Formats: sequence, structure tokens, C-alpha cells
Amino acid sequence: MSARNRELLALIPASLLVTLGFAAIFIQRNELLSNVSLTYGGIFLGLCFVAHLVIRFTLPYADPYLFPLVAVLACFGLVVIYRIDDVLARDQAQWFVIGLIAFVATIFLLRDFRVLERYRYTIALAGLALLLLPRVPGIGQQVNGAYLGVGIGPVSFQPAELGKIAIVIFLAAYLRDTRQVLVQGSRRFLGVTIPPFKHLGPLLVVWGAAMFMLVFIRDLGSSLMYFGAFLALIYVATNRLSFVVIGLGMFAAGAYFFASTVGHVQDRIDVWLNPFAPGLYDAEGGSYQIANGMFAMADGGLFGRGLGAAVLRVPDGGPLIPAPETDMIYAVIVNDLGLVGGLGVIATYMLIAERGFKIATLAADSFSKLLATGLTAVMALQVFVIVGGVTRVIPLTGVTLPFVSYGGSSIVANFILLALLLLISNRARTPA
Amino acid sequence: MNAPILRLYVVFLVLFAVLIGFTSRWAVFGSERLRENPKNARVRIEEQRIKRGVIRAANREVLAGSTRLSGDRYGRRYPTGSLFALPVGYDNVRFGRAGIEKYYNDALVGRKQELTSLIDSLTKDTQIGDDLQTTLVPRAQELAYDLLQGHQGAVVALGIKDGSVKVMAGTPSFDPDHPEDAKSVLNRATQGLYPPGSTMKTVTATAAIDSGRYEPDSRVNGKNGKVISGTPLNNFGQRDYGDITLTEALTNSVNTVWAEVGVKLGRNRMQEYMDRFGFGSKPPLDYPEEQMQSSGPRDTVKNELIPMSSGRVDVGRTAIGQGLLLVTPLQMATVAQTIANGGVRMEPRLVAKVVDPDGRTVDEPMPKEATRVMSEDTAAKVGTMMKSVVREGSGTAAALQGVEVAGKTGTAEINIAQRINDLWFIGFTEDVAVAVIIEREQGQGGTVAAPIAKQVLQALGQ
Repeated sequence: MSARNRELLALIPASLLVTLGFAAIFIQRNELLSNVSLTYGGIFLGLCFVAHLVIRFTLPYADPYLFPLVAVLACFGLVVIYRIDDVLARDQAQWFVIGLIAFVATIFLLRDFRVLERYRYTIALAGLALLLLPRVPGIGQQVNGAYLGVGIGPVSFQPAELGKIAIVIFLAAYLRDTRQVLVQGSRRFLGVTIPPFKHLGPLLVVWGAAMFMLVFIRDLGSSLMYFGAFLALIYVATNRLSFVVIGLGMFAAGAYFFASTVGHVQDRIDVWLNPFAPGLYDAEGGSYQIANGMFAMADGGLFGRGLGAAVLRVPDGGPLIPAPETDMIYAVIVNDLGLVGGLGVIATYMLIAERGFKIATLAADSFSKLLATGLTAVMALQVFVIVGGVTRVIPLTGVTLPFVSYGGSSIVANFILLALLLLISNRARTPA
Repeated sequence: MNAPILRLYVVFLVLFAVLIGFTSRWAVFGSERLRENPKNARVRIEEQRIKRGVIRAANREVLAGSTRLSGDRYGRRYPTGSLFALPVGYDNVRFGRAGIEKYYNDALVGRKQELTSLIDSLTKDTQIGDDLQTTLVPRAQELAYDLLQGHQGAVVALGIKDGSVKVMAGTPSFDPDHPEDAKSVLNRATQGLYPPGSTMKTVTATAAIDSGRYEPDSRVNGKNGKVISGTPLNNFGQRDYGDITLTEALTNSVNTVWAEVGVKLGRNRMQEYMDRFGFGSKPPLDYPEEQMQSSGPRDTVKNELIPMSSGRVDVGRTAIGQGLLLVTPLQMATVAQTIANGGVRMEPRLVAKVVDPDGRTVDEPMPKEATRVMSEDTAAKVGTMMKSVVREGSGTAAALQGVEVAGKTGTAEINIAQRINDLWFIGFTEDVAVAVIIEREQGQGGTVAAPIAKQVLQALGQ
């Protein structure tokens, strides 16, 4: 069977999921299966099919499983968002249309994605500019003490989502050039491989940028995500564990220093360690959110309450868990579908990561390998940062769960990321 | 570069496994504790679907009832407002539960064995909780609450034979419909800690007579300014008493006699009798643990009890209710109840029976003896001594027409310069024991607290 036919067949789980999911919610709400609402599912599947056709005609050799896996997540996300708030689901469906347009545009514009290598510094500057936008007076928005959003008129978006792609492209291009010298120019000092100082500069810049973000954007999660992707790339580029160890040490030292000096970061850590402390629980931006995420997961248990059955609102209408459709969507999933549901979501991301790294291993040239690795790593790290935040593995910071959470910037950015992975894959698997 | 990519993938698998581990930790392994966390409003929201049982007074007057809110939810209403707020407590989606509402929550929401509730959920549309019939007497409670207005304090009245709590009033109280507006929800009757002053002499008298070392007519010396634990101790009004009987010493509340008796009985014996009366542990009341305090010598900084054996405890001053000793009004009511009940301490009880929605009595606990504190003979002797307090001593203001009242006053000095005291009266008639505390006021227990006790006893038909 051709790759594309396999892809088409693999879309069946997504279509089943979206149909059954909506049916379950309607039954839960004692409503009739109304045509109006089922059309969501229909339109959504139609969109997936259109995307499939685009891939079929433009990227015939691309990995056949990546897109269906993403479609499963996206369908699942839509069902869960619909279950939280049906108005938001309509918005989300519209964002999917825009996301798919961005997906198709990326495929057409970057048929030869290697041109990206040429614009590495432009892209790097653009990426940094994107990250700093939220601090620009007038358009920057502060959410829970972190500067993550930008609002221009009625449109607001989170530039960090696009910024992560720009940074990964830059790092992949930069490390392709310097990986040899980083390895060969290294000296051994006290049993540790130290990279040459000449090439250490740009890497220190990345470290500095991550620290800068921690202080300036005040977002530990994004900082961890970027720096983690950077370490993953430098490790793959040089195959030197010592670089990673040095990098982690520097990050830990920096994070420790700023955590104890920057109030916001310190607060996040207190909330993480003591979610039930009386002063923190009731405080503005305190531990109420994380504590209620845990209560939601506890309420879900092994198999969950059933899709649409968990309590999400207090009787006067306010949300029981703040931000259920974005930051805390994982807690809602576990509440409704239990540990089993959470396991399913994480397993899907594992499979996506597996496909991503597979694409990296199949790619022929270093830039493609590094780019695929970086894109996959940054997405997997994003999953770790948000799910880890909700489950209290690390302090909670507001990033989205890729393809599942509500949010336009996230959808668009992640579809561009997906397009790039498929482009790399298509090129790698094209028969000579 | 493929080998490091593979290893990187393994790192991510490990990270994701950690996520799964932590998800299982909250969702499965640690879920019980999270579900029981008082901050978790989820269970309370679910329980709003249940028509919560009614809480009634002894005369079946409704103290807490359920009304239907929008849809299939029920809200709690308290028709008697702040009057019964301290014993009954509240049930609030945002603020949780307190009092009887908390202690009897399982019954009030009709939570039974797993199997029955499963059958119930199949056969019934809405779950209805069991009703509670308390032992509280509205007429007396209302009177006690009214008499406490303008003061801070508490009144506790116990049935002597069965330990039933007939009155549990305190001021300030709060509106149980709006616990969020309450300045304090402290139940002074069970949580308030006060020096018991001379009311403690009843405990010392019990120890003195029951141990066989003294009789009511034993001669003792009531000289003012006796040195107790190295410091001279004064009688009320610096009065010098000569050779008097133990009964006279109680009637006139002679400090120097009772402090000396305490010293002679010794730390161990005092500890033994205090323990028998229930000091040193939380009372066995059907009321939430965290809303009760234990009585005894207390380190107020560390908030823990100090054993009598400790060198920091002045046994002589403990015997007259001073020193580090702090007690709750419920504890002192229990002391009176025990002496009145021939020396048998009963477990105090707020709920007389649990009735299911069909009117069947689910549970009607029998009165339960906590322990025998003293012999019947001792109890009669101490009781007689306490009667003389009301007949001719410091407690005459508690005397009732036609009924013999036994009692003991207490005036614990809080601020000597401003003459601010904690004012006590504990006492009993044939059926009811009572304890009254008025916090930080001028005056004596005999003039302020005793008249309140008298009226409450009257309202209880004594």
C-alpha cells in the first residue's frame, strides 16, 4: 500500500474519535444528536481530508503516520474544547482552517526548505523579536505575571509559539556549520570536553537568551523549552554528553539564581511545592489553579467520569479550574477520561515524537536531521512543560498542549511545524 | 548523528513516563487524599444534588433544612440563624462544612454501605439524606444566647444521666447562611480556653475526698498569704480564715486551703483525677475533632498540653484553677455532670437519633458511660459541698425556688490592675448540669455568671 493510502486509512481513528466524542457529549447532556453540532465533526473531517489531498499531491513520499496522529490529537482537542464551551469550539474550528491554510502555504512556499539555512540570522533576529514583543509597551500583555501575549486591536496572539520554530531553524543551521569545529576544536580539561572559546560565543548567547527570557518574559516554562531544544540539538550535532551536562549546569545555576531573585519565578516555585498552603491557595495567581487541577485528576481516577460528565463549574457559573481550555486542558481530560485518557494523549505524543525522530534519522543531510530533531524536541518539550506543570513534575507555566489546547497562535505555529517535518520527510524518502 | 537521535528519543520516553507516573499518582494512587482535602469543592458540588437531611432540635424544630435551587441542586437554609450556628455549623459549597453538618455529613447525604447506595441509585431519582434529631432545647438555647448578648462567653448545659447537650451557646456567633461574612466561627463552648479559676476546686475536692485523704468536715487552715510553690498566695479580699472545714473552704472558695490540698495530694493524684474527668484529651463529643480543644495545663506558645509531672506546672495553683491551666466550658460542664451523676462521667452527645427519609430510625445511640471518676459516696459528698456554695456561699445568685442547686463560682483574674476577670459558674440540679463563662469583664463569677446559669436551668424545667 502506498504511503498516502496508509495515511488515508490512518485517518479513520480520528474520524471515529470525533464522531463518538460528540455523541458522548450529547448523550451526557441529554440532548438530541443535533445536525448543527454534528456538522462540526463533519467539517472537521472534511478539513483533514483536504489536508490529506494536499499532502498526497505535493508530498507524496512524506511520513504517512504523522498527519493522522496530529489529526487524532486535533479531533480529540476539539471534542474536549466543545465539552468545555461550545462557543470556543467554534472559534477553535476556525483557527483550524487558518492553521491548515498556514500548513498548505508552508508546503508551497518552502518546497525546498533548505533555503531557510540562508536566512538563519534573519530568522534568529525575527525569533528574538517575537519573543520580546510581549514586553513592548502598548501591545504587550501580562498573564499571571508572565509576559506571553501580544494584543493589537481585537487580535491577540502568543509570539512565543512562532518564536520556537524560528529559534530551532537558526540553531539547526548554525550547528550544521559549526558542529565539526565544536567537536574537533575541543580540548579536554579535567576530564571534561570544553568546546573552543571562539565557537562558544554564540552558544553562550543562547544561554544568555534563555536566562534573559526567564527574567524578562518571566516564563520558566518557555525558557526551559527553548534551552532544552538547544541542548538536544547540540547533543545530536556533536554527540558530546559533556556539552549537555555543562549546559544543564549553567541553566540550573541561572534558574536557581533568578528563581531566588525574581519574585514571579519564586512565587511559581512556592505554588508548585506547597499548593495547599493557606496563604498561597487563596492568593491572586496563587495555587488555586494547580490544586484544582490535582483535584480534577483525583476525581477522574482510573477511567474518568465519562466524557462531559465531570464538574467544571461552580454553581454560580464560574470555572472550577481556571483556564480549563488552555493550560489545564490535560486535567480536564484526566477528569473526564481518567488515567487511561491521559495515557492515550501522552502515548499519541510519544508516537509523534517517534515519527519525528524517525524522520531525522532518515534525512540525508545534517541540516535536515538537525531541523527535524529540533522541531520534534521542541514540541515534545512543550508537552512535557505543560503536562509536567499540571501534574506538578515541574512548576506550572502557561504553554499550550500542542494541537489540543484552545488557541490560535498555537494551532497555526504547530501546523507550520508539522508542515516542515513533512517537507523534510518527503525529501528524505523520495526514491532517488 | 543517528545514535544520539535515538538516545534523545529514549530521554523523551523517560520524560513522558514520568508524566504518566505523576498522572497516576494524582488520579489513582493519591486520589483518596485529594478527594478528602477540605479545599476540594468538587465533592460538595456533587453532594448539592443530594437533598440533604434536616437537622432538628429536641422539640423537632428545624435548625437546618434543604431548599431546591435552580435545576437539580439543593441549598442549605438555617431558619434559626446565628442561634444554633455554633453547634449545628454550616454546609457551604465554597467554605466547606463545620459542626454537626460536618461530623454527620455521611448520614446527612445518605451515604451508606457501597451496596445499598448502588441499589438506591438504581431505584431512586434523587438521593435523599437522613434527618438528625439533636438534643438541643431551643427555649433554653435562646435564653442562653440572649443572656450572652453584650458579653463574650459561652453556656453549656448537659443532661446528667445521658450526657445530652441541651444548650451549647456562645457569643459572638455568626450567620450560618453566610459563613464568608463571619468574623470568627470559633465555638467558645468547645474551643475556647479559659483559666477555670475556683470552679477547679470541685475537681480538687473530688480528688481529696475520693482518695480518702480528706472528708468534708476535715479541719483545714485558711490563713491568708500561705506560701505555695515559693510564692505567697492570697484569698479573695485578702481574707484570713482560721480553722475551718473543707466544706466551708469550698463554700467561701478559700484559695489557700485548696492550693495546699492540691500540693498535699500531689501531682500524680491530681493528674489521675483530672484525666478521669476528661482533661488531657478532646471530649468524646459527636463534633468535629478540629473544633474541640483539650483542657489541662497548656503551653500557649507551642499550643500543647503540659503534663502535671512537669516542673513548670505549679500543682497548688493548678488545684485552684490558676497557673498554666486552661479549660473549655464543655469540660467544666462535664465536671458538674459527673459529680451530679453519682461519679459517672457520660460521653456528651449532640445527636439523639438519625432518621431515614421514610421516617425509620436508623440510629439511636444509647447514652454511653465514659468512665467512673469517683465513688458514689464521694460524688454525694462533693455534691453536698457544692449545694452549700449555692445555699450560703459565693453562688447564692444561682439558687432556685423549690429546687436544690449545687454549684461553684469561679473568678479567674486576667488583668488585676483593670480588675478584668473571666467569670465562671458551674453547677447542677437533679437532671441538668451547666457551665457558664463570661469572658474578660469586671465582677465575680457569683454575680455575673451564676444568674445566667440560674435562668438557663429554669428554662430547662428545673
